Amino acid sequence: MNSEILGISIIFLATVLLAFPLGKYMGKVYEGDKTLWDKLFNPFDKQLYRLSGIDPSRPMNWKQHLTALLTINLVWFLVSMFVLMNMGWLPLNPDANPGMSADLAFNTTVSFVSNTNLQHYSGETGVSYLGQLVLMLFQFISAGAGMAIAAVVMNAMKERTTEKLGNFYFYFVRSCTRILLPLSLVLALIFLFNGMPMTFKGKDQFISLQGDTVQVSRGPAAAMVAIKQLGTNGGGFFGANSAHPFENPNYFTNIVENIAIILIPIAFVFALGYVLKRRRFAWMVFAVMTIGFLLLLIPSVHDEMKGNIAIAKLGIAQPLGSMEGKEVRFGSAASAFWGITTTCTSNGSVNAMHDSFTPLTGMFAMLGMMINSFYGGVGVGFLNFYVFIIIAVFISGLMVGRTPELLGKKIEAKEMKIAAIIALLHPFLILAGTALSSYIYSRNPAVYTAWLNNPGHHGFSEMLYEYTSSSANNGSGFEGLGDGTPYWNITCGVVMLLARFLPIIGPVAIAGILAGKKYVPESAGTLKTDTGTFGIMVFAVIFIIAALSFFPALSLGPIAEYFGMK
Amino acid sequence: MKQHILPAIKLTVVCIVVFMVIYPLVIWVAAKAVPAKGEGEKVVVNGKVVGYALEGQRFTSDKYFNGRPSAVNYNAAGSGGSNKGPSNPDYLKEVSNRIDSFLVHNPTVKKEEIPSELVTASGSGLDPDISLKAALVQVNRIAAIRNRAPEKIQALIQSQKTRSLNGIDKVNVLQLNVALDAMK
Amino acid sequence: MNTDQNKLFESSLVKEALKQSFVKLNPAILFRNPVMFTVEIGTAIMVAVCIWIATGEQSQGSLTYNLIITSILLITLLFANFAEAIAEARGKAQADSLRKTREETPAKQVVLGEIFVNEIKIVPSSQLRKGDIFVCEAGDIIPMDGEIIEGLATIDESAITGESAPVIREAGGDKSSVTGGTKVLSDAIKVRVTTEPGESFLDKMIALVEGASRQKTPNEIALTILLAGFTLVFIIVCVTLKPFGDFANTPITIAAFISLFVCLIPTTIGGLLSAIGIAGMDRALRANVITKSGKAVETAGDIDTLLLDKTGTITIGNRKATHFWPANNVEDALFVEACALSSLADQTPEGKSIVELANLNVNSLHTHGASFIEFTAETRSSGIDLPDGTKIRKGAFDAIKKMVTQAGNAFPDETAQRVTVISSNGGTPLVVSKNNRVMGVIELQDIIKPNIHERFERLRKMGVKTVMVTGDNPLTAKFIADKAGVDDFIAEAKPEDKMNYIKKEQQGGKLVAMMGDGTNDAPALAQADVGVAMNSGTQAAKEAGNMVDLDNDPTKLIEIVEIGKQLLMTRGTLTTFSIANDVAKYFAIVPALFIASVPALQGMNIMKLHSPESAILSAIIFNAIIIPLLIPLALKGVAYKPIGASALLRRNLLIYGLGGVIVPFIGIKLIDLVVSIWF
Repeated sequence: MNSEILGISIIFLATVLLAFPLGKYMGKVYEGDKTLWDKLFNPFDKQLYRLSGIDPSRPMNWKQHLTALLTINLVWFLVSMFVLMNMGWLPLNPDANPGMSADLAFNTTVSFVSNTNLQHYSGETGVSYLGQLVLMLFQFISAGAGMAIAAVVMNAMKERTTEKLGNFYFYFVRSCTRILLPLSLVLALIFLFNGMPMTFKGKDQFISLQGDTVQVSRGPAAAMVAIKQLGTNGGGFFGANSAHPFENPNYFTNIVENIAIILIPIAFVFALGYVLKRRRFAWMVFAVMTIGFLLLLIPSVHDEMKGNIAIAKLGIAQPLGSMEGKEVRFGSAASAFWGITTTCTSNGSVNAMHDSFTPLTGMFAMLGMMINSFYGGVGVGFLNFYVFIIIAVFISGLMVGRTPELLGKKIEAKEMKIAAIIALLHPFLILAGTALSSYIYSRNPAVYTAWLNNPGHHGFSEMLYEYTSSSANNGSGFEGLGDGTPYWNITCGVVMLLARFLPIIGPVAIAGILAGKKYVPESAGTLKTDTGTFGIMVFAVIFIIAALSFFPALSLGPIAEYFGMK
Repeated sequence: MKQHILPAIKLTVVCIVVFMVIYPLVIWVAAKAVPAKGEGEKVVVNGKVVGYALEGQRFTSDKYFNGRPSAVNYNAAGSGGSNKGPSNPDYLKEVSNRIDSFLVHNPTVKKEEIPSELVTASGSGLDPDISLKAALVQVNRIAAIRNRAPEKIQALIQSQKTRSLNGIDKVNVLQLNVALDAMK
Repeated sequence: MNTDQNKLFESSLVKEALKQSFVKLNPAILFRNPVMFTVEIGTAIMVAVCIWIATGEQSQGSLTYNLIITSILLITLLFANFAEAIAEARGKAQADSLRKTREETPAKQVVLGEIFVNEIKIVPSSQLRKGDIFVCEAGDIIPMDGEIIEGLATIDESAITGESAPVIREAGGDKSSVTGGTKVLSDAIKVRVTTEPGESFLDKMIALVEGASRQKTPNEIALTILLAGFTLVFIIVCVTLKPFGDFANTPITIAAFISLFVCLIPTTIGGLLSAIGIAGMDRALRANVITKSGKAVETAGDIDTLLLDKTGTITIGNRKATHFWPANNVEDALFVEACALSSLADQTPEGKSIVELANLNVNSLHTHGASFIEFTAETRSSGIDLPDGTKIRKGAFDAIKKMVTQAGNAFPDETAQRVTVISSNGGTPLVVSKNNRVMGVIELQDIIKPNIHERFERLRKMGVKTVMVTGDNPLTAKFIADKAGVDDFIAEAKPEDKMNYIKKEQQGGKLVAMMGDGTNDAPALAQADVGVAMNSGTQAAKEAGNMVDLDNDPTKLIEIVEIGKQLLMTRGTLTTFSIANDVAKYFAIVPALFIASVPALQGMNIMKLHSPESAILSAIIFNAIIIPLLIPLALKGVAYKPIGASALLRRNLLIYGLGGVIVPFIGIKLIDLVVSIWF
């Protein structure tokens, strides 16, 4: 086997092997079961609860969960807006970077609070170290909030009838302190020893070998990179994100970071199996996600390794594949692998420039975000998948002649209504955003030339990608897009905001309503949801709703570009 | 909502302390134990810092091994790729120009021998590496300018060569050029 | 009733349905169906476009082409309407044929006369009101549904049930109900009308079918929401395509937009949805079951537990006496005589079979002046008190034992052993006592219906648990239960036991169906999720249940469950089919939209359709004709095979999912071959 392909195979297998015990551990954490680390964490968490005046044993119903979530997010929003707009005079600003404009601060705040980490600024010049630290805080707590909500849904899916679905703060604090924090510490240490900077000193300056005066940006990167990957945040310390040598120094750190990108999303599936005591169900979910992921991954790796046809036509060799926007130390296979993992998981960090991917890889990256549930973001990925499960259960339940039920709970009109709205929201936000931009641009292309770094179909892809990334709470971009304007800041901000909270509210409401319903035990006539057949059904639903609705748009973007280059 | 506001504010403050203060401080302290002290490993020649080992720098001179094209011109206070689409005609023109220019500077090289990374911009604009092939293809030029035997230059490259875990043979351009300067 | 059931499209029905197809174009009616309503809007827009072109607009393609698109859209609508109309027409015809038999029958109403208190007055049946009383004599057609308040009669119910054997109906008890349209063969009865005209079950059913009072079932509502969701997604897809096209400098005609939209939205299932629901009720009606709501049929498909009476369902008719087993010190002849005496007044089939088996000259028995003791639920025994004071009792083992031991007498061991033996062999022991001393035991045997085991096996595979309800003692019940293959049984059942069992199951989240006829079944029938009352049952039972079985056939429940499952399955599979069709339609239309300005996209035209116009036409033609092609399936229902849910899903996914992906590729290509002659 080609050594590059061997490399990415190892990354994937290692992730699954690590995700398995981690998933079990996470299951225990959410269930409050005993773990080895309780002695360490129990007193720590207790202090957090005491200082915050929280009683973690007070159960909440699904509405209270949502109120708690939305309230704390509002607080975060205000904190972030304040810091980002005022960091110019606030401390920890050795490079004297200015505060953000209101629209950029809005975009960045929404972006980080919503776990998107879309960056319409460049890390080196756009934020102070204090700003970076605040953003890093959100990388912890926005991920923790998403995970907590997924824990609520898992709890609600259990086989019983109840209104009480645990305590939001309990899940939140545990997600942060028992899962994200220890893993981040381990990761950050690994990064430190591989040369990643962790300093509060400002820019350095030296004279290069050739005699140029060079300024070098540094900063407390190692701490941030660890959590940016683990929490499917993706917001990089430096502008080039994990393509930057300081943010991803070598192939080993690339392996570690890439594992961190998909580790918790995959572990969540196994945690689900633990919490529900339904291993087979978890394996079904894992299989569907993995097959979908591989279907996006394999052609992408193939295309990137094959190289750019247009470059080949220029008559040069492409031994490393398509190298525009890529780093030599990673190569094209690992870049394509990263590209698909980061888009499938709503992470959004990049180790290569997606704008320069060959057309179909760009499309598969977009598809990963359009589907947004092949693993998906920490916690929220499963919530998206849950909506597809509801729809699949409904159709296949009818197909076997029974009122559809999921894990013993009947799916009726109300749940269907919520599921339909949530399933439709994502295409709506993406297509409407892109349509508005296309409309504005095509009215007056001369005025908006700065928007698009590339002409024609690829330019269209840049806009489509931006809204896809916003709506998927991904954060990566076809960065050629001139997105640092109030128009893009505000529209993308609104899309991120809606795409973060509605797809949380919907599944929580569905799961909460279902949890309150009468539990129907399984019989021979019950549709088994842990079989391959049902997996195929879920896959078909995802393919038809999530992928095919974008088919016309994609055919004007990457598909047209692909056929045009042939 | 009311009953959630106070816990939300308090919890946020607690989180700020734990994740924004304690966590980075722990890592920062740990960084002191690392050789580069978490400030980036510097390359020092004759007591003078000439660059950071991990970051590529601009080498346009013919007497040095040239690195990859950079969309930010190796400005390490920023970073980024070209973000050119694969079918963009302007971009393809630019690549074509780079090929021509490379051929002018390296007359012994045939077009099909040029590895694409030497004419395509890296993702960070700070890519410190080029592949072994990309170094070897520049040997004749360097040898001619520096008046050295090509074999010696090749040997130097081989000594600087590292192999990534993914099997790609590459050389760090800065280290290679430092070694080249140091070559007796 | 027995009109050709297999013929789906009778010409008279088709004619009516065609007419209705146009009537249903009325937006106010179509509004109920969001999917087809959007098609109607699309059609209206296309009409406007055609007019626009006729007034000289150049950008939208030729008038002919636009007219063709418009008419295909209209035809799509008509096809969908036709599907609903033909289902309605069939259901109505079915119900009408039932109703016809009892319209305008002369009724002999009993009225407060001027001369006598009660006078007979001949009135048309339509004038009878609830509470009115009429009489029927031999040869009369019963004019209205009612309850016998006086008398007994043999009645020919073949007009309703198709069953030629006459049945006996009498006042009081559980067989007091008569149905309008049936014929009295002998004797005379006085009947009280129980329903207002137009409110009989049949009338309600007809109204259900006609749509006026047809309410969507919960599943139907949920499915409609899902389909509306799909429709919205495709609205978004199509509307946003306009600025996308602008950006790519690709003008897209309105016809192309609307065609893409109509093809993508689930018109197939949208058009057939209500037809499927109506056909479900219609199928129930064909099985001679009147449903009071569409929901009941649907619920039947979800049934987890089925309560079945042993007699008539699991065993043939009734038990027969097969043996007399006297106690040790009792003479055979004496015991046989006691048995016969105890059963003389017992008109139950069991009682009669005892007299038959005893084979004594009835007249030789001295019963003059004897008083008969009726069976009551409390004593659970019956018998006779002879003039000489001899008390002969016959009853269940424990009832007699209690009586005997209370009187201070011992219960003989050999009889007790015999009771156990009989019970464990599936027989029913009836202990006979004389003056509180046990004389012996009569063995009654049940005959289990042939093939019943297979039917229960089938139910088990459907996931339905069967529960046998019997008055037998636990041992007997267990024997029969095992032999017949039911999952559980309720022995020595009292009416409240049924009720408790149902409640217990329901608390466990299960849906329970039962069949019953007696007034004391009414609460349980009402409690059950699906309660099927026998038509011969009391009015109370019929009111309590949500279905009425005209055949009085206890095994009907099994059929009803299958009809329910079929209904849901048909919806599910056609939804899958409809949505799976989209894959091919995308590949037909999307390249067609852009090829003109982005020739490279020809690579996406994997069906190699002739031209953009032919591609779009082929797709919408396919989209239209698939609806009538699937009408037979919608009306007949998808075949149900009890092979377990997973296997069933696999099977249906393969046929309707994979088939739904492949069929349109072939269909659109074939249509394109034809259409390409002109476009």
